Amino acid sequence: MEKIYYLPTHEYIKVDGNNGYIGISEYASKQLGTVTYVDVPEDGDEFEAGEEFGAIESRKAASDLFAPVDCEVTEVNFALEGDPKLINKNPLEAWIIKVIIKNPAQLDDLMDEKAYAEYCLTDNH
Amino acid sequence: MEQELKHTCLHGLHCGLNAKMAPFAGYDMPIEYTGLDAEHAAVRTRAGLFDVSHMGEIYISGKDAVKFVDHIFTNYAAPMKPGQVLYGMMTYETGGTVDDLLVYRLGEESFLLVVNASNLEKDYAWIRDCADGFDVDIRDYSADCGQLALQGPDSEKVLKNVLGIDASGLSFYTFTVLDGNVIVSRTGYTGEDGFEIYADPGKIVQMWNELMEYGIQPCGLGCRDTLRFEAGLPLYGDELAEDITPIEAGLGMFVKLDKPGGFIGCEALAKQKAEGPHRKLIGLEIDSPATARHGFEVLDMDGATVGHITTGYNSLTLGTNIAMALVDARYAPLGSKLQVKIRRKLAPATVIKKRFYVPQYKK
Repeated sequence: MEKIYYLPTHEYIKVDGNNGYIGISEYASKQLGTVTYVDVPEDGDEFEAGEEFGAIESRKAASDLFAPVDCEVTEVNFALEGDPKLINKNPLEAWIIKVIIKNPAQLDDLMDEKAYAEYCLTDNH
Repeated sequence: MEQELKHTCLHGLHCGLNAKMAPFAGYDMPIEYTGLDAEHAAVRTRAGLFDVSHMGEIYISGKDAVKFVDHIFTNYAAPMKPGQVLYGMMTYETGGTVDDLLVYRLGEESFLLVVNASNLEKDYAWIRDCADGFDVDIRDYSADCGQLALQGPDSEKVLKNVLGIDASGLSFYTFTVLDGNVIVSRTGYTGEDGFEIYADPGKIVQMWNELMEYGIQPCGLGCRDTLRFEAGLPLYGDELAEDITPIEAGLGMFVKLDKPGGFIGCEALAKQKAEGPHRKLIGLEIDSPATARHGFEVLDMDGATVGHITTGYNSLTLGTNIAMALVDARYAPLGSKLQVKIRRKLAPATVIKKRFYVPQYKK
């Protein structure tokens, strides 16, 4: 069964065994407005938890994207290259990178769905 | 350190409309209401309403008012008739820019200077410091003066139908004063026809409400920036600054170097114009899906840094990534090839006219 975790910077990771799908939350996609571009890493790139792995742009601003856990990129969602607005339509389906999760214990440091929903209510992040 | 943010007279109404708010120039200001794209499009195609009450209004009057305004202003105030507006800058002796502003000639011996909110304190102090030996009275009316900007091709009609103000006789860069000290000028910061209205906060709130009830799109500072950028209009802090002169920014037509008596900064600017500025503000079309933002480096084809991006957006009207940049004057000719460093990658760019969108002003 897939489980989903969130970072305070609004990235999610959907977990499917050792694999993770990383994207941005629905809340973040609404805050950002129409997505114009997603700057993605390459297959095989490795990141540590908290490290910047790319950026997402809207008319308003560019936001860095951070890795929720130590991971290696196995696939980049190339559909976003032609149609970055997919993220606005369905952010949880429009993942940005697929990764191998190297250290699953780090998932415990992230927010689950309920904790994240409460986090979004508290303020403008 | 968190400073208490100031509120414009419309702050509560913005919150009631669920606007996304953010600090700007010390104010808690609306960035967008329904979304930047829709607000931008409304101004280009119909009409949109901005709360710009944060802007600074400085009143100058007295026997030497004309002489004094011309002393601190790059454009030429003396020939103005009451009812006319002029755009220009105030500059330091170095030629660097104190601020860009609108000057309204209210009467034979009185002017209203409309300055950037972010520069109000600095400007007011500067103007007072420059006034030694001039018989003038200088007052900051910013706190008592609200301001609306109604912008877009339908503005004249909306002004008539909703507020009962017939502005058909107002030409571009002129104004009229209505009962109760309401100033309506045919000016703006969007590249469209439109009006700016100055009045006391009570009247501003009343007019805002009437325009909202009629269904005019409220517009935030987000699209104010994308609109002015497309029209090639500078923003202080991006295209103009204490170390950027109006000549470098390509605003020479608003700098009257040979007006009688000159102005503060005139000598430095005349020298720069004669020698040719080392840097110039240019437009760039960027061949990349990524957007170049303020501060990103601009490089020549050999990889040497030759300048920086001042403003960049994915243009709503054009659909491409465009930017304004301040670069070594050697690269200013149209068609020059450059590169922009966007995060880790280099994107090719071509110099184009910085007036990306041809303004649709009513003459």
